[in-house]
Amino acid sequence: MEYIDNLPPMDLMRSEKMTFVQLIIPVESAHRAVSYLGQLGLLQFRDLNDGRSPFQRTFVNQVKRCAEMSRKLRFFKDQIHKAGLVPSPNPASEPDIELEELEIQLAEHEHELIEMNSNSEKLMQTYNELLEFKMVLQKAGDFLVSSGNHAAAQETELSENIYTNDGYADSASLLEEEMQPVPSNQSGVRFISGIICKSKVLRFERMLFRATRGNMLFNQAPADDQIMDPASNEMVEKTVFVVFFSGEQARIKILKICESFGASCYPVPEDLTKRSQITREVLSRLSELEITLEAGLRHRDKALTSIGFHLSKWTNMVRREKAVYDSLNMLNFDVTKKCLVGEGWCPVFAKTRIQEVLQRATFDSSSQVGIIFHVMDAVESPPTYFRTNHFTNAYQEIVDAYGVAKYQEANPAVYTIITFPFLFAVMFGDWGHGICLLLGALVLIVREKKLSSQKLGSFMEMLFGGRYILLLMSLFSIYCGLIYNEFFSVPFHIFGHSAYKCRATTCSDAYSVGLVKYRDAYPFGVDPSWRGSRSELPFLNSLKMKMSILFGVVQMNLGIILSYFNARYFGNSLDIKYQFVPQMIFLNSLFGYLSLLIIIKWCTGSQADLYHVMIYMFLSPFEDLRDNQLFWGQGVLQVILLLLAVIAVPWMLFPKPFILKRLHTERFQGRTYGILGTSDMYNEEEPDSARQPHLDEFNFSEVFVHQMIHAIEFVLGAVSNTASYLRLWALSLAHSELSTVFYEKVLLLAWGYDNIVIRFIGLAVFAFATAFILLMMESLSAFLHALRLHWVEFQNKFYNGDGYKFKPFSFALFTDDDD
Amino acid sequence: MYGFEALTFNIHGGYLEAIVRGYRSGLLTASDYNNLCQCETLEDIKMHLSATEYGPYLQNEPSPLYTTTIVEKCTLKLVDEYKHMLTQATEPLSTFLEYITYGHMIDNVVLIVTGTLHERDVQELLEKCHPLGMFDSIATLAVAQNMRELYRLVLVDTPLAPYFSECITSEDLDDMNIEIMRNTLYKAYLEDFYRFCQKLGGATAEIMSDILAFEADRRAVNITINSIGTELTRDDRRKLYSNFGLLYPYGHEELAVCEDIDQVRSSMEKYPPYHSIFSKLSYGESQVLDKAFYEEEVKRLCLAFEQQFHYGVFFAYMRLKEQEIRNLMWISECVAQNQKSRVHDSVVFIF
Repeated sequence: MEYIDNLPPMDLMRSEKMTFVQLIIPVESAHRAVSYLGQLGLLQFRDLNDGRSPFQRTFVNQVKRCAEMSRKLRFFKDQIHKAGLVPSPNPASEPDIELEELEIQLAEHEHELIEMNSNSEKLMQTYNELLEFKMVLQKAGDFLVSSGNHAAAQETELSENIYTNDGYADSASLLEEEMQPVPSNQSGVRFISGIICKSKVLRFERMLFRATRGNMLFNQAPADDQIMDPASNEMVEKTVFVVFFSGEQARIKILKICESFGASCYPVPEDLTKRSQITREVLSRLSELEITLEAGLRHRDKALTSIGFHLSKWTNMVRREKAVYDSLNMLNFDVTKKCLVGEGWCPVFAKTRIQEVLQRATFDSSSQVGIIFHVMDAVESPPTYFRTNHFTNAYQEIVDAYGVAKYQEANPAVYTIITFPFLFAVMFGDWGHGICLLLGALVLIVREKKLSSQKLGSFMEMLFGGRYILLLMSLFSIYCGLIYNEFFSVPFHIFGHSAYKCRATTCSDAYSVGLVKYRDAYPFGVDPSWRGSRSELPFLNSLKMKMSILFGVVQMNLGIILSYFNARYFGNSLDIKYQFVPQMIFLNSLFGYLSLLIIIKWCTGSQADLYHVMIYMFLSPFEDLRDNQLFWGQGVLQVILLLLAVIAVPWMLFPKPFILKRLHTERFQGRTYGILGTSDMYNEEEPDSARQPHLDEFNFSEVFVHQMIHAIEFVLGAVSNTASYLRLWALSLAHSELSTVFYEKVLLLAWGYDNIVIRFIGLAVFAFATAFILLMMESLSAFLHALRLHWVEFQNKFYNGDGYKFKPFSFALFTDDDD
Repeated sequence: MYGFEALTFNIHGGYLEAIVRGYRSGLLTASDYNNLCQCETLEDIKMHLSATEYGPYLQNEPSPLYTTTIVEKCTLKLVDEYKHMLTQATEPLSTFLEYITYGHMIDNVVLIVTGTLHERDVQELLEKCHPLGMFDSIATLAVAQNMRELYRLVLVDTPLAPYFSECITSEDLDDMNIEIMRNTLYKAYLEDFYRFCQKLGGATAEIMSDILAFEADRRAVNITINSIGTELTRDDRRKLYSNFGLLYPYGHEELAVCEDIDQVRSSMEKYPPYHSIFSKLSYGESQVLDKAFYEEEVKRLCLAFEQQFHYGVFFAYMRLKEQEIRNLMWISECVAQNQKSRVHDSVVFIF
């Protein structure tokens, strides 16, 4: 026992010792202190204003200002993105500016940008209008020319239309029309020309047709260029149209329809010379505008580039400021309103550093009063904080995905670092595939610096995060692959000569009869000559199955032993006596005994049937073992073990709840009420403090049911969990059989043909199957099964996982995408 | 298949029902409203909303903020959600979802027509239209001079066309006629929607008929109250009531002859579900009546979520969200105009 207590501490085994601290900060140095703490990143603030809505807190105005500033920054970013500029990744190091200054600067920039935008928008609009006019002039001119040629024909057509239609409104308007002095056109046919979005043309035409009752002629031609839509900044295709119609009422209607469809109408003179004159004017104005627009755009780009230069720095700064004020909002004012009171958790080792930082803050803000920093007691359980590095982080994540460890309980991640990749490799044992994985892992690790700075896709990110898991997994699968002697299911004689040879020289009977041994055993792993022979599957199955059970029993025992260390650490002797001891006895008297039998059978080479031994140990424990006896006194031992197992069940079920009940009644001596007194005053003083004591009631039935569930789960779990470890065998078998299928039935089959195309196809299919099915799917499934073995079979023996993570206030933890 | 929706509903409707229930949990709760009612400025409202589902829609709004911006952005969220559901929906759910927007379409048509009558700018009117009730060529409504043209030019292409068949007259458009048109359209719409839901059968028919009947009854009461003292004859008034609902047909007979609000009240109090609404009313108040009706509606809509495997949840969600936007608009207006004492007057808590 002494020895166990004096073991050197393992950093990752227990989470960091935390302490609850209180800070009393004078108002003048509060901001500086909190931002220094954010740089240090080792203190987690408790929210003391939990009940208050965000806008009732002290520093709400500052938070709002920061939000406003970050909105402006987003606006700049958006603008820069729209302009197609790339913000320079390395902002020039410049003297820091104050937040107030930055605010003014940002406002100026925004104002400037908006003004420039509105100017260029106006220009753009005029430009678009001119451009449209130009197109209308060109296209509509063509129509007019052709309509002039066929004027006579059109005229008769139109008049026919009018007279066959007997709508009274139109005939009335026609009368009016006749009375009016007709302009140059003798037929009374007028036209409106304009331009409209291509997508709307069909509906537009239909509407015109309906509104004029068919008394119109609609001509359209697609515009040559796309025109920028100022609202969405997208290029839209437009269509030029010319509507011929007659009558004033129709004109009003058509104009209204044009307006409602967003079509812009442009007058096109019928006279050819006039038209060409206008065209010239339009063209010259267009070129002028183009120059102005370009100049404006250059100016804007310049302004945006200069903003883009500072953008990331400003964004960072605003984000930090906002975080500082958010943290300040968690603090409380003390009675005098001159100090802010904060509470929080920090690791014990960080206390001196926090104190240093606080002193520096006092000094830098030249405050007269120092910051008071002291440790307090807390009832609430402290947060869990593991100091991980690049390597251990991924394994800790695996454990945390199941549940965050309770404060200071044994951390399964320590063992997961080795057991997880190893169990994976037992299922994925193939040194060829292992080398492929290793190469992948090495690529990720070598390019670690580069990859960690850039944004990856979700899949790559996952792969990159688990690169060290991948590394160990691949190393272990090379090891296991060497033991299984698997290399894409090709046998290799690496460690010397095989111990077996065929009975005949042709080796045709290897499948049916088997091989003969003629020299010493193969020195490492499975003999390569067995590949494809009669003894291969029976031997490998027996090996892998027994191996799985051994691994399972060992890992479960480790789990139970960890529960002992937990109980010892938390000084819980009840758990040791009434939980750990019976659990150990139960598991080992059944499955520990099985493991012993397996090892003895391996060592002695006995022919005993272990199924029979285990089953009849329960069915008829006093019967003679006969041939199945492996060692002397086995029958007696079995009876003793069975008795122990039977005793262990009530041992872990009954005593603990009754003892707990006794302890509880002794403590309160039969009183059912709690202790009155100082606790109320305490509460009034600091209503939101973590130190609120809460007395829990003892509910016997609840405790008993809980214990019953726990015991039953363990007893049943001992059987089912052991069986569950057989998945190691199953997956390993599946993996090797699959790779055999791909190798023999695809690659070798294709190689049998003397045709380069077939060989190539075979090779391609083999490579594809190896990469996607064996390397990706199989490794994924092996990963998941290893995960399950850890989460369910291993961790349920000892792991509570009901803690919460330590989330320090730290600037370093901000990521780019958190807004 | 009545009673067996559980077997087949999820094949097509399961995903969207999950979506809509997820949306529902994003509705503001009573504590949200309590916090919102305490706000001092519109900035505070924005800040509080940024912690809710509305956050992404409001975060890029520059201050100073206006009530219209808040309402516009909140409506935008509703529209986005609706469009998302509509694109995912298959028949008959997609038709059901489209039915939900017809009411807005009618309102938009009426808005534009009235606006043009008073010679407002079309673009300005378009901005005021509810985005859910937009259809192609809605702007062309301004061209029409009378009902016949309205129908022939524009509405014939819209889903509203069949409803219009009842009110085609060549009368000129004036305020009275437009109002009658709105109510006739609404009547036809509600009846059509009701028939559609009955055709769908099952829990959808059961729940939707309850909600729609309430809607029809509420409209009947509102028509009656609004038409008191106008030149609308009793028969005309009778014609505007939808031909279903709790009040149909005997309640309608009584409402048709009402001459003042107290008569309405006495005829409505005979119906147990409406008794509680009208008993709360002091004599001659219609402002409170609106709120009472809204509260009753919200209660019924919330009940729609208690059952599974029916389309009523979609309708209920859209309506609840509209109510939420109305609440937000009221709160923002009160805050903006410094009328904080009246902030609770017309806010209807949803949960």
